[in-house]
Amino acid sequence: MILKANWKYNLCWLILMVAGFYLMNTLILVGIINSFLENMMVTIGINIILAVGLNLVIGFAGQFSLGHAGFMAVGAYATAIMISKTPTAGTFYISIIVGVIVAIIAALVVGIPTLRLRGDYLAIATMGAAEIIRIIINNLKITNGPSGMFNIPQFATWPVVYIMVCVTTIIIVNFIHSRGGRAALAVREDEIAAESMGINVFKWKLAAFVLGAATAAVAGSMQASYLQTIAPSNFNIMESIAILIIVVLGGVGSITGSFVAAGILGVVDAALQNFGALRMVIYALVLILIMIFKPSGIMGATELSFKRLFNRKNKKVGAKS
Amino acid sequence: MTTLFQQLINGLSLGSIYALLALGYTMVYGIIKLINFAHGDIYMLGAFWGYYTINYWHFNFIFALLSAMVVCAASGVIIEYFAYRPLRHAPRITALITAIGVSYFLENGMSYLYGADTRDFPQVIKQVNYNLWGVRVSNIQILILVTACLLMILLQLIIKKTKMGRAMRAVSVDPDAAELVGININQTISFTFALGSSMAGAAGVLIGLYYNSIDPLMGMTPGIKAFVAAVVGGIGSVPGASLGGFLIGLLETAVQSIGLSAYKDAAVYLVLIIILLVLPSGIFGKNVKEKV
Repeated sequence: MILKANWKYNLCWLILMVAGFYLMNTLILVGIINSFLENMMVTIGINIILAVGLNLVIGFAGQFSLGHAGFMAVGAYATAIMISKTPTAGTFYISIIVGVIVAIIAALVVGIPTLRLRGDYLAIATMGAAEIIRIIINNLKITNGPSGMFNIPQFATWPVVYIMVCVTTIIIVNFIHSRGGRAALAVREDEIAAESMGINVFKWKLAAFVLGAATAAVAGSMQASYLQTIAPSNFNIMESIAILIIVVLGGVGSITGSFVAAGILGVVDAALQNFGALRMVIYALVLILIMIFKPSGIMGATELSFKRLFNRKNKKVGAKS
Repeated sequence: MTTLFQQLINGLSLGSIYALLALGYTMVYGIIKLINFAHGDIYMLGAFWGYYTINYWHFNFIFALLSAMVVCAASGVIIEYFAYRPLRHAPRITALITAIGVSYFLENGMSYLYGADTRDFPQVIKQVNYNLWGVRVSNIQILILVTACLLMILLQLIIKKTKMGRAMRAVSVDPDAAELVGININQTISFTFALGSSMAGAAGVLIGLYYNSIDPLMGMTPGIKAFVAAVVGGIGSVPGASLGGFLIGLLETAVQSIGLSAYKDAAVYLVLIIILLVLPSGIFGKNVKEKV
């Protein structure tokens, strides 16, 4: 029923995704997108996966997590270890799944005790948990310790990353629009009220947290295989904060915002490449100024919605006739 | 037994630095509910100020310490005025991102202006080691402990006995009610930032003297650990921050001394999580009951 009712909008999204893919493909074939720009696009794609996942946890379930980089590290190392041993495309896809499973287990281990905390206490606890994951990786033999892993075979080319961006976003958006997602939204608005309506608060908090962690692991796998080198220091607190910045800059609770912010930050980052040491100073100033003048983020909590676009058009037509 | 006391002394010196930093976090959090990520970088500013004044203006230790406290207090107030005040009524996560932006700005601005390399802190006080029943104690360690304890007592007196301290406590309990009885909220918050930042400045000079090396990114890790200390002690509570700082310092040296120095940060975070699970608002934190 719902599928039938929304087929027009779903078709629009599908066309948008396929068109985006073909646009990128042609631009690369023609040579407008060179390897530098392609690198930028892939980085943006990975950041979108991470930001959308974190936005689910922070913006929709209302749980302030600062440990996203830890789950990303799990996925990255799962892929790196497996495809370094047997470099085939099949192993790459299996390694993504393995990374996701390990990340889910890690998220359960971290989430079940800590999700009872709230607000800044939860943030600091998840940050600590992510640091523990990183320190463990830092000291293991199989992960090659602090120097990290290099010469990882490249399977994650830009089409793979593009498809993964689409797949993870579809899964998360569908979760948000499902019964569970509505339960998570209720938890965000008021935990006690949600509980009194018979919603299992803890279960849906945990579900959102675990789903966020699973997508972070996918992003980690992409990064490991695209950049071909990873080190534990890539997954420290600063990385978690960088993802948080994308989410807040785009607008907490807006998936479209996460896309826009990841894109803008990716372009700004590439454009400032030539400024050397001044780069981070400018970046910091831009960040402070945007936050002061647009505190709710670029998109606020609004989404790009074909449904609304169509409805608006219909209304206009109706008004004219 | 002697190694135990030796580690106790080392842990207390490190812990007093964390405690000084944690005080700033806890006061700022108590009054405007903001995790001031830039606090660790104010500590870095204090260390650099000490470095320059001792090297180029030939200040002695006391002058360097006091001037660093004044300069850091001023920079804390300036940061609050320009970056945090416009966001007083914005969502808290926005203010947090701004604080991170300020932290990036200070770190990278300092690296841009003075280079990112590590420098040797001038040894303005000659190190002398005393041997007390087999335990080696340096005069710098004693100096750090005494200075830190004096500052903490002073802070406690300011908060408990002065008019401004009473205003600070009032604003942290209920800002609106405090404004109604005639407290100038902006002034009080500025004063809180000045106090907290001056503690961080003092900690910066002391750590320079203790570890001998400073660099623009030195504030990041101690900043986060000091925040952990503040949370462990119960954020918003001044005695809690001191206790948390000493606890984290002792824990770190203890883990290091049993040969697990690679895991010392992990141990700190593990203890943090365990304490939060048992006491969700820290050791001295007030447990806020939920009301419908």
